[in-house]
Amino acid sequence: MTEPLLQAHNVSHTYSRRNRVTPALADVSLSLQQHEFVCVVGDSGSGKSTLLRILGGLLTPTTGQVQFRGNPVRSPQPQIGFVFQNTNLMPWRTALENVLLPLELHKPPDSQDRERAHAALALMGLEKFADAYPSQLSGGMAQRVTLTRALLPNPALLLMDEPFGALDALTRERLNQELLRLCRDRKQTALMITHSIQEAVFLADRVLVLSGQPGTLQGLIPINLPRPRTLDMLTWPQAGALISQIRACLATGAEEAVHQ
Amino acid sequence: MKDSSILFPGAPADDGKDQPTPPAIEQPAPQDRRTAGRVRDWVARHPALAAFPFVLSASLLLWEALVRWQDYPVFILPRPGHVLQKTLTMAADGTLLRHTQATATEIGAGLLIGLTLAFLLGYWLGRSRTLDRILSPYLVASQTIPVVAIAPLLVIWFGSGLLSKVLVTTIMVFFPTLVSTVVGIRNVDADLRELMRSLRATRRQFFLKLELPAALPVIFGGLKLSVILAVVGAIVGEFVGADVGLGFLINLGRGVLDTPMIFVAVLMIVLLAQSMYWSLTLLESYLLRWKQLDLKGGD
Repeated sequence: MTEPLLQAHNVSHTYSRRNRVTPALADVSLSLQQHEFVCVVGDSGSGKSTLLRILGGLLTPTTGQVQFRGNPVRSPQPQIGFVFQNTNLMPWRTALENVLLPLELHKPPDSQDRERAHAALALMGLEKFADAYPSQLSGGMAQRVTLTRALLPNPALLLMDEPFGALDALTRERLNQELLRLCRDRKQTALMITHSIQEAVFLADRVLVLSGQPGTLQGLIPINLPRPRTLDMLTWPQAGALISQIRACLATGAEEAVHQ
Repeated sequence: MKDSSILFPGAPADDGKDQPTPPAIEQPAPQDRRTAGRVRDWVARHPALAAFPFVLSASLLLWEALVRWQDYPVFILPRPGHVLQKTLTMAADGTLLRHTQATATEIGAGLLIGLTLAFLLGYWLGRSRTLDRILSPYLVASQTIPVVAIAPLLVIWFGSGLLSKVLVTTIMVFFPTLVSTVVGIRNVDADLRELMRSLRATRRQFFLKLELPAALPVIFGGLKLSVILAVVGAIVGEFVGADVGLGFLINLGRGVLDTPMIFVAVLMIVLLAQSMYWSLTLLESYLLRWKQLDLKGGD
């Protein structure tokens, strides 16, 4: 086994605000291999977003350490791209300008960059909307733009925090399929937070179950469904078994939280 | 009310329906479009401009009729013709230009200093809540003092030349822009801040690429108030003590009962304020053109 791309060792985090201390995450360890797609499933309040921000270097954990390619992560890394749940596009920039933002912060984009951004938008079916402003885009299109923006600098690792959580079920399904296709074509390593078990089973190679308050890792479930995945597979008995296994895992965590 | 307001062109308005802007694809106008249709379109898009000639002639007619009917002497209410005549003589002998220039200089310098200070302090206060809490009471207290009341002091301290007027103008324009800058900077979307952080943006990039464009819509609100108040500030300063400027002309006209001259000065003041306000509005609609589209595309 090669060295993992990303590793978290006994990461815990506690928010303290004006005398009130809220533990969010307790003793989470995980590792992410190259070209792997991992989903983290958990209820709201189980510290999923906290975990993602810590892994990406946006938040410093209270204790524990995160390593990216063997180096400790203490601040945002150039090789890690983010997609957040809220479509955080700049309303004064067109779709194309939004996509170019990450490149622009390092050097003024040249015509080659523009072409690349155009091609990337076209790949997401947005070629006609390159010059549209975010207010002119639907939720699904806007989220595709944020995904394009995150992928354009070719990040080694893509971190997604419920990227399609605010979208309707049909759009969400379609975008999940597109995401799978993209990640397969690019051999993209990705970690995605979700609260949908089906989504996790459909997308992931492995599912991490985070549960309780503070959130702890309840289980690590390999998804051994064949690839390429289809939505049909979710109706297979094999998938059904995985889904109930994850659900059971979530329930034990929740029970423990109640008993404490 | 869902109406396009002249004061707030950035607000959601029926403009969106008048100018449907399809994303990405520019629709070429059909060439066989009739002139009548074009005129109608123009009127629909610029109702204020289209109505202006009518409003102007109606008010001039009313004014003329009032003077004729009541038979007022010139020093009470001159006719429009008198005012026009006075304007032409004053323009011919250069007095109009000299006084307008003086007032415009005071306004310009006052705006330059006042707005610069307001932006700098506003940005600083917007970034630091602690500083805002410490300084806000004093800033608010300072605004409760009427500028008219301290203008004489400024003239005593700084003389009746340019400086005292510039200072009065500076004080006038400072506050609206300060408040709007603080609000604008403070309301920058937290998600966008996190995005910039995840992209490892520098302080400079944070300001130029995020804070400035995000705060601009709010700042423009304050700026518009400020340019109007700049004119008031300059005139108030000139009232208190000056030997040149449009405010001085009004004072002089009152002294020698030259009412047409007062009218000319007032008209020039209105013209100055209007041109500044509308230039600013044009600039705003250019810089914030992204705000004027609210057409949703399908998915």
